[in-house]
Amino acid sequence: MNTTEQLSALRQKNLLHIENVYKQYGARVVLDNIDLSVARGELCTVVGPSGCGKSTLLRIVVGQEAPSSGDAFIEGAPAGYPDATRGIVYQKYSLFPHLTVLDNVLLGKVLESSIFGRVRARREHRDEAMQMLERARIAEHWKKYPHELSGGMQQRVAIAQALIKKPRIVLMDEPFGALDPMVREDMQVLLLELWEEYGMTVFFVTHDLEEAVYLGTRVIVLSQYYIDDRGAAAEQRGAKIVADHALPRRAFSTSVKSSPEFIELAAEIRRAGFDPTGARHVTQFNLSHPDSFQTLTAAESRALRAQEGP
Amino acid sequence: MRRYLFFGVHADPPPWLRRLAAALPFVLLLALYLGASQLRLAENPDDKILPSLAQMADAVQRLAFRPDPRSEEYVMLKDTTSSLARLALGVGLSAATGLLLGLNMGLFPGMGAVLLAIVTFVSIVPPLAILPILFISLGVDELAKVALIFLGIFPLITRDIYNTVAALPREQITKALSLGANELQLAYRIVLPQVMPRLIETVRLSLGAAWLFLIAAEAIASTDGLGYRIFLVRRYLAMDVIIPYVLWITLLGYLIDWLLRLALRRLYPWYQA
Ligand SMILES: Nc1ncnc2c1ncn2[C@@H]1O[C@H](COP(=O)(O)OP(=O)(O)OP(=O)(O)O)[C@@H](O)[C@H]1O
Ligand SMILES: [Mg+2]
Repeated sequence: MNTTEQLSALRQKNLLHIENVYKQYGARVVLDNIDLSVARGELCTVVGPSGCGKSTLLRIVVGQEAPSSGDAFIEGAPAGYPDATRGIVYQKYSLFPHLTVLDNVLLGKVLESSIFGRVRARREHRDEAMQMLERARIAEHWKKYPHELSGGMQQRVAIAQALIKKPRIVLMDEPFGALDPMVREDMQVLLLELWEEYGMTVFFVTHDLEEAVYLGTRVIVLSQYYIDDRGAAAEQRGAKIVADHALPRRAFSTSVKSSPEFIELAAEIRRAGFDPTGARHVTQFNLSHPDSFQTLTAAESRALRAQEGP
Repeated sequence: MRRYLFFGVHADPPPWLRRLAAALPFVLLLALYLGASQLRLAENPDDKILPSLAQMADAVQRLAFRPDPRSEEYVMLKDTTSSLARLALGVGLSAATGLLLGLNMGLFPGMGAVLLAIVTFVSIVPPLAILPILFISLGVDELAKVALIFLGIFPLITRDIYNTVAALPREQITKALSLGANELQLAYRIVLPQVMPRLIETVRLSLGAAWLFLIAAEAIASTDGLGYRIFLVRRYLAMDVIIPYVLWITLLGYLIDWLLRLALRRLYPWYQA
């Protein structure tokens, strides 16, 4: 289906590239042959049922965990351990409790200097950090410690903290998952503004379908609900990417959430990824995004087996 | 709704009552002592077991405010400074060692692999049981006493700091690396400041044990110190000295604890115990 040259071109061209990635904990397979390639500037959302392995996928991209087999690449080079190429925003634990809001944002800059240059680095980057906080609409709280802020305010700081390093890609694991709906919508709009302003590449994990469709220029559905031809040989199947859609960038207005196209797409994703009875065969996935590719094994697809011959 | 002053789970004693209630056991204890002391002294004016307040004040006057005729030193002051110096040295060394070991063991799995078992082993050795070994190998001077305090509490501090570091969410470490921290910065600029308040808490809890080891060491081989004095005058049944000394040690312990608590609040406002 995909020639080796095409794959290697994709790997070189795109910012994030994952090929044949499996992850298992003991006997439990969590990720099952994941193939994914994300272009620069994309706001790629990953959605799927709870416990399907979204955070595991993100940890592999971050470099916090190694895949059991397969490879992850950032700009064509092996992803390796966590470093400044990838910024991260978690649902919690993003902020350091012993630093004030300003120092949390400054940290990425201060760490660039030696112990002796620290005071100067703080002074030099102070304005830049305050501007980031300004952009995240949280500047007036710069003196406070994280425990003095509400959940939504903490996430604003966490975004500013990650962005000041200008990472090639920002990885987010349910960053708005613990916020109430009003604050959540506010934060979604903020993210879209910043994404556009800074031309960021974002890899955004969520279990909220609406959020994924509203934010994404591309939606990836990760799910354990699918059918393949491995039969009883694979009692333990992990999650696969069962759908991959390109989305037109709409207006930022949250009113699109009630438009018919939006609702239709959300319903289709729900059928494809969240409904065990709607499970499709691996050869029938809706992988319509141009960067999408699939490296099925002969065991997974009978058609492929027939092609290769006995 | 009826307000309960004192009894039951709904009780909400006002501040004056709380203070009164807190003082009550102390007042009772004092009254009991004074009563018993008076009874015994009435029977036998030379009784030494329960001295009167005047007798104790006399002893304190003699030891604290008048120089010793032979050495020309103020005995109680000398005892106090000697003991506090040993305590500070022993606890300070333990805290520094415990912090460094615990931090590195918790953060670097290789260090943990080397040190965890041995530190656990050392922490289980009863320190008083090896006191003779210390005296034999290190002599009967200051070194052995400080070593006893050190061996008694540094393993516990190390283990506590290790647990604290190991319990830091993995996300924090990944996060710091993603902000460009190298491993040294991770250890000393991200993790260290976060465990400092915990170190103060652990030291506060270890101080009781540190006093125990200090007094034990001084009782066995010393020429001054609070513990030395208590065990010296024990031979003459000098309760008029022992009781003020015990109260003085308690007061010192309380003051140190209070100072550490103050430091914790002032230096680490972000730390909610
Ligand atoms: N370190 C681990 N050891 C064993 N099993 C693990 C480990 N980490 C994750 N798992 C398992 O892998 C599966 C996927 O976990 P993961 O956290 O990636 O899911 P998720 O899609 O992010 O879920 P959620 O929507 O709840 O955040 C879960 O069943 C979980 O129990
Ligand atoms: Mg998750």
